[in-house]
Amino acid sequence: MASRDDIKFLSNPKIGLKAKKYCRFKKFGIKHIDYKDPEFLKQFINEQGKILPRRLTGNSLKYQKKVATAVKRARHLALLPYVADLLK
Amino acid sequence: MNQYEVTFIVDPVLSSDEIVATAQTYVDHLQGEGCKIVHVEEMGLRQLAYPLGKRTTGVYFCIEFSSEAGRIIEKMELAFRRDERIMRFLTVKLDKYGIKYNDDKRKGLIGKKRVPKAAHAEGEEVRPREPKKEKEVVAKEVSPVAPAPVTPAPVVAPVAPTPVVAAPVAPALVVAAPVVAAAVEEEE
Repeated sequence: MASRDDIKFLSNPKIGLKAKKYCRFKKFGIKHIDYKDPEFLKQFINEQGKILPRRLTGNSLKYQKKVATAVKRARHLALLPYVADLLK
Repeated sequence: MNQYEVTFIVDPVLSSDEIVATAQTYVDHLQGEGCKIVHVEEMGLRQLAYPLGKRTTGVYFCIEFSSEAGRIIEKMELAFRRDERIMRFLTVKLDKYGIKYNDDKRKGLIGKKRVPKAAHAEGEEVRPREPKKEKEVVAKEVSPVAPAPVTPAPVVAPVAPTPVVAAPVAPALVVAAPVVAAAVEEEE
Protein backbone atom coordinates (compact mmCIF):
# COMPACT_ATOMS: atom_id res chain seq x y z
CA MET A 1 0.00 0.00 0.00
CA ALA A 2 1.43 3.29 -0.99
CA SER A 3 -0.58 5.67 1.15
CA ARG A 4 -1.25 4.75 4.73
CA ASP A 5 -4.81 6.00 4.70
CA ASP A 6 -6.27 2.71 3.62
CA ILE A 7 -4.51 0.72 6.37
CA LYS A 8 -6.98 0.08 9.18
CA PHE A 9 -5.68 -0.76 12.62
CA LEU A 10 -7.71 -2.93 14.93
CA SER A 11 -6.74 -0.82 17.96
CA ASN A 12 -5.86 2.86 18.15
CA PRO A 13 -2.09 2.99 17.59
CA LYS A 14 -1.84 6.25 19.57
CA ILE A 15 -3.10 4.68 22.79
CA GLY A 16 0.29 3.69 24.14
CA LEU A 17 2.00 6.95 23.22
CA LYS A 18 2.30 9.67 25.83
CA ALA A 19 2.54 13.33 24.94
CA LYS A 20 6.09 14.48 25.51
CA LYS A 21 6.37 16.75 28.56
CA TYR A 22 8.07 20.08 28.12
CA CYS A 23 9.18 23.00 30.22
CA ARG A 24 6.61 25.70 29.68
CA PHE A 25 8.99 28.43 30.85
CA LYS A 26 11.54 27.51 28.23
CA LYS A 27 8.95 26.98 25.56
CA PHE A 28 7.16 30.30 26.05
CA GLY A 29 10.19 32.31 27.09
CA ILE A 30 9.03 33.15 30.62
CA LYS A 31 12.05 34.33 32.57
CA HIS A 32 10.55 35.57 35.80
CA ILE A 33 8.12 33.80 38.07
CA ASP A 34 6.08 36.18 40.18
CA TYR A 35 5.49 35.09 43.75
CA LYS A 36 2.57 37.53 44.03
CA ASP A 37 0.47 35.61 41.53
CA PRO A 38 -0.95 32.69 43.54
CA GLU A 39 -3.33 31.61 40.77
CA PHE A 40 -0.40 30.93 38.47
CA LEU A 41 1.56 29.12 41.14
CA LYS A 42 -1.38 26.85 41.90
CA GLN A 43 -0.54 24.97 38.73
CA PHE A 44 2.58 23.68 40.45
CA ILE A 45 1.13 22.51 43.75
CA ASN A 46 -1.20 19.66 44.54
CA GLU A 47 -4.44 19.77 46.49
CA GLN A 48 -2.58 19.61 49.76
CA GLY A 49 -0.45 22.59 48.83
CA LYS A 50 2.66 20.51 48.20
CA ILE A 51 4.99 21.46 45.38
CA LEU A 52 4.65 19.03 42.48
CA PRO A 53 7.81 17.26 41.35
CA ARG A 54 9.53 17.93 38.07
CA ARG A 55 8.58 14.44 37.02
CA LEU A 56 4.96 15.62 36.85
CA THR A 57 5.27 19.26 35.82
CA GLY A 58 7.95 18.71 33.17
CA ASN A 59 9.82 21.87 34.22
CA SER A 60 13.52 22.13 33.60
CA LEU A 61 15.69 22.13 36.70
CA LYS A 62 16.39 25.83 36.43
CA TYR A 63 12.74 26.82 36.42
CA GLN A 64 11.60 24.17 38.87
CA LYS A 65 13.93 25.79 41.40
CA LYS A 66 12.46 29.19 40.64
CA VAL A 67 8.94 27.84 40.94
CA ALA A 68 9.82 26.30 44.29
CA THR A 69 11.24 29.61 45.52
CA ALA A 70 8.21 31.52 44.31
CA VAL A 71 5.81 29.08 45.98
CA LYS A 72 7.73 29.34 49.24
CA ARG A 73 7.66 33.15 49.11
CA ALA A 74 3.95 33.09 48.38
CA ARG A 75 3.44 30.83 51.38
CA HIS A 76 5.30 33.23 53.63
CA LEU A 77 3.02 36.05 52.49
CA ALA A 78 -0.10 33.92 53.09
CA LEU A 79 -0.91 33.96 49.40
CA LEU A 80 -0.65 30.17 49.36
CA PRO A 81 -1.22 27.82 52.29
CA TYR A 82 1.52 25.79 53.91
CA VAL A 83 -0.90 22.96 54.50
CA ALA A 84 -4.29 22.60 52.92
CA ASP A 85 -7.02 20.16 52.22
CA LEU A 86 -8.95 20.32 48.98
CA LEU A 87 -7.13 23.33 47.69
CA LYS A 88 -8.28 24.26 44.15
CA MET B 1 22.49 50.11 42.09
CA ASN B 2 20.26 47.24 43.09
CA GLN B 3 16.57 47.07 42.71
CA TYR B 4 14.48 45.64 45.52
CA GLU B 5 10.87 44.87 46.11
CA VAL B 6 9.25 44.76 49.50
CA THR B 7 5.80 43.29 49.96
CA PHE B 8 4.02 43.64 53.27
CA ILE B 9 0.62 42.98 54.77
CA VAL B 10 -1.04 45.72 56.80
CA ASP B 11 -3.58 44.98 59.49
CA PRO B 12 -7.04 45.40 57.93
CA VAL B 13 -8.62 46.42 61.24
CA LEU B 14 -7.18 49.92 60.80
CA SER B 15 -9.20 52.51 58.95
CA SER B 16 -8.38 52.91 55.28
CA ASP B 17 -6.69 56.25 55.94
CA GLU B 18 -4.43 54.67 58.52
CA ILE B 19 -3.60 51.81 56.19
CA VAL B 20 -2.53 54.16 53.44
CA ALA B 21 -0.66 56.29 55.97
CA THR B 22 1.20 53.20 57.20
CA ALA B 23 2.37 52.37 53.71
CA GLN B 24 3.26 56.00 53.12
CA THR B 25 5.50 56.12 56.19
CA TYR B 26 7.66 53.40 54.68
CA VAL B 27 7.75 55.10 51.31
CA ASP B 28 8.89 58.28 53.06
CA HIS B 29 11.32 56.30 55.18
CA LEU B 30 12.93 54.81 52.08
CA GLN B 31 13.05 58.14 50.31
CA GLY B 32 14.63 59.65 53.40
CA GLU B 33 17.40 57.05 53.11
CA GLY B 34 18.12 58.14 49.58
CA CYS B 35 16.30 55.40 47.72
CA LYS B 36 14.61 55.92 44.44
CA ILE B 37 11.01 54.71 44.59
CA VAL B 38 10.17 53.01 41.34
CA HIS B 39 6.62 52.05 42.05
CA VAL B 40 4.16 51.62 44.90
CA GLU B 41 1.42 49.15 44.32
CA GLU B 42 -1.57 48.67 46.53
CA MET B 43 -2.66 45.12 45.93
CA GLY B 44 -5.70 45.66 48.11
CA LEU B 45 -7.58 43.62 50.67
CA ARG B 46 -7.05 39.91 50.20
CA GLN B 47 -8.15 36.77 51.90
CA LEU B 48 -5.20 35.15 53.66
CA ALA B 49 -4.45 31.53 52.88
CA TYR B 50 -4.11 30.86 56.60
CA PRO B 51 -4.87 33.00 59.66
CA LEU B 52 -2.16 35.40 60.78
CA GLY B 53 -2.60 36.44 64.38
CA LYS B 54 -6.35 35.81 64.31
CA ARG B 55 -6.76 37.89 61.15
CA THR B 56 -8.13 36.22 58.05
CA THR B 57 -7.69 39.13 55.66
CA GLY B 58 -4.92 41.60 55.01
CA VAL B 59 -4.14 44.64 52.91
CA TYR B 60 -1.17 43.96 50.64
CA PHE B 61 1.30 46.60 49.53
CA CYS B 62 4.29 46.27 47.29
CA ILE B 63 7.03 48.90 47.07
CA GLU B 64 9.63 48.64 44.38
CA PHE B 65 12.72 50.75 44.91
CA SER B 66 16.31 50.98 43.92
CA SER B 67 19.14 51.72 46.27
CA GLU B 68 22.91 51.98 46.29
CA ALA B 69 23.39 50.63 49.77
CA GLY B 70 21.94 47.38 50.97
CA ARG B 71 22.23 48.47 54.57
CA ILE B 72 18.92 50.32 54.48
CA ILE B 73 17.14 46.99 54.07
CA GLU B 74 18.14 46.00 57.59
CA LYS B 75 16.86 49.29 58.96
CA MET B 76 13.62 48.98 57.07
CA GLU B 77 13.05 45.41 58.20
CA LEU B 78 13.75 46.38 61.79
CA ALA B 79 11.10 49.06 61.45
CA PHE B 80 8.69 46.50 60.02
CA ARG B 81 9.30 44.14 62.94
CA ARG B 82 8.67 46.87 65.47
CA ASP B 83 5.51 48.00 63.75
CA GLU B 84 2.42 46.26 65.08
CA ARG B 85 0.37 47.33 62.07
CA ILE B 86 2.50 45.16 59.77
CA MET B 87 1.50 41.51 59.82
CA ARG B 88 4.10 40.12 57.41
CA PHE B 89 6.76 41.44 55.09
CA LEU B 90 9.11 40.07 52.49
CA THR B 91 12.01 41.85 50.83
CA VAL B 92 13.36 40.52 47.57
CA LYS B 93 16.20 41.63 45.39
CA LEU B 94 15.09 41.74 41.78
CA ASP B 95 17.20 40.34 38.99
CA LYS B 96 17.04 41.82 35.51
CA TYR B 97 14.16 39.58 34.52
CA GLY B 98 12.22 40.61 37.60
CA ILE B 99 12.73 44.29 36.76
CA LYS B 100 11.56 43.70 33.22
CA TYR B 101 8.59 41.68 34.38
CA ASN B 102 7.45 44.43 36.74
CA ASP B 103 7.95 46.99 34.00
CA ASP B 104 5.84 45.01 31.57
CA LYS B 105 3.21 44.46 34.20
CA ARG B 106 2.88 48.19 34.78
CA LYS B 107 2.59 48.82 31.07
CA GLY B 108 -0.22 46.31 30.95
CA LEU B 109 1.66 43.80 28.84
CA ILE B 110 1.14 41.27 31.59
CA GLY B 111 -2.42 41.52 32.81
CA LYS B 112 -2.30 38.06 34.21
CA LYS B 113 0.64 35.91 33.49
CA ARG B 114 -1.45 33.65 31.32
CA VAL B 115 -2.24 36.34 28.77
CA PRO B 116 1.32 36.80 27.52
CA LYS B 117 1.75 33.07 27.67
CA ALA B 118 -0.98 32.64 25.13
CA ALA B 119 0.49 35.47 23.07
CA HIS B 120 3.94 33.92 23.31
CA ALA B 121 2.50 30.58 22.44
CA GLU B 122 0.88 31.93 19.32
CA GLY B 123 3.86 33.99 18.36
CA GLU B 124 6.58 31.45 18.97
CA GLU B 125 4.82 28.23 18.22
CA VAL B 126 3.77 29.34 14.80
CA ARG B 127 7.30 30.09 13.73
CA PRO B 128 9.02 26.80 14.51
CA ARG B 129 6.07 24.61 13.67
CA GLU B 130 5.25 25.94 10.25
CA PRO B 131 8.52 25.01 8.59
CA LYS B 132 8.39 21.61 10.25
CA LYS B 133 4.94 20.98 8.94
CA GLU B 134 5.97 22.01 5.47
CA LYS B 135 8.92 19.67 5.57
CA GLU B 136 6.81 16.79 6.78
CA VAL B 137 4.14 17.44 4.22
CA VAL B 138 6.67 17.65 1.45
CA ALA B 139 8.37 14.47 2.61
CA LYS B 140 5.10 12.61 2.82
CA GLU B 141 3.86 13.87 -0.48
CA VAL B 142 7.01 13.00 -2.34
CA SER B 143 6.93 9.33 -1.42
CA PRO B 144 3.27 8.44 -1.86
CA VAL B 145 2.57 10.62 -4.87
CA ALA B 146 4.90 8.73 -7.20
CA PRO B 147 3.66 5.16 -6.64
CA ALA B 148 0.12 6.15 -5.77
CA PRO B 149 -1.31 6.37 -9.28
CA VAL B 150 0.42 3.16 -10.33
CA THR B 151 -0.51 0.61 -7.68
CA PRO B 152 -3.54 1.42 -5.57
CA ALA B 153 -6.06 1.87 -8.34
CA PRO B 154 -5.75 -1.65 -9.73
CA VAL B 155 -5.10 -3.23 -6.33
CA VAL B 156 -8.15 -1.70 -4.69
CA ALA B 157 -10.41 -2.46 -7.61
CA PRO B 158 -9.97 -6.24 -7.74
CA VAL B 159 -9.72 -6.64 -3.97
CA ALA B 160 -13.12 -5.10 -3.39
CA PRO B 161 -15.16 -7.04 -5.92
CA THR B 162 -13.56 -10.44 -5.37
CA PRO B 163 -14.87 -10.94 -1.85
CA VAL B 164 -18.22 -9.53 -2.89
CA VAL B 165 -18.41 -12.13 -5.61
CA ALA B 166 -16.90 -14.84 -3.45
CA ALA B 167 -19.23 -14.20 -0.56
CA PRO B 168 -22.46 -15.08 -2.32
CA VAL B 169 -20.79 -17.77 -4.40
CA ALA B 170 -19.34 -19.62 -1.46
CA PRO B 171 -22.55 -20.01 0.54
CA ALA B 172 -24.38 -20.85 -2.65
CA LEU B 173 -21.93 -23.64 -3.22
CA VAL B 174 -22.14 -24.68 0.41
CA VAL B 175 -25.92 -24.63 0.23
CA ALA B 176 -25.89 -26.34 -3.09
CA ALA B 177 -23.52 -29.06 -1.93
CA PRO B 178 -25.76 -30.44 0.82
CA VAL B 179 -28.78 -30.08 -1.41
CA VAL B 180 -27.01 -32.11 -4.01
CA ALA B 181 -25.87 -34.54 -1.36
CA ALA B 182 -29.40 -34.78 0.00
CA ALA B 183 -30.71 -35.27 -3.48
CA VAL B 184 -28.17 -37.97 -4.02
CA GLU B 185 -29.12 -39.57 -0.70
CA GLU B 186 -32.80 -39.42 -1.61
CA GLU B 187 -32.12 -41.02 -4.95
CA GLU B 188 -30.24 -43.82 -3.29
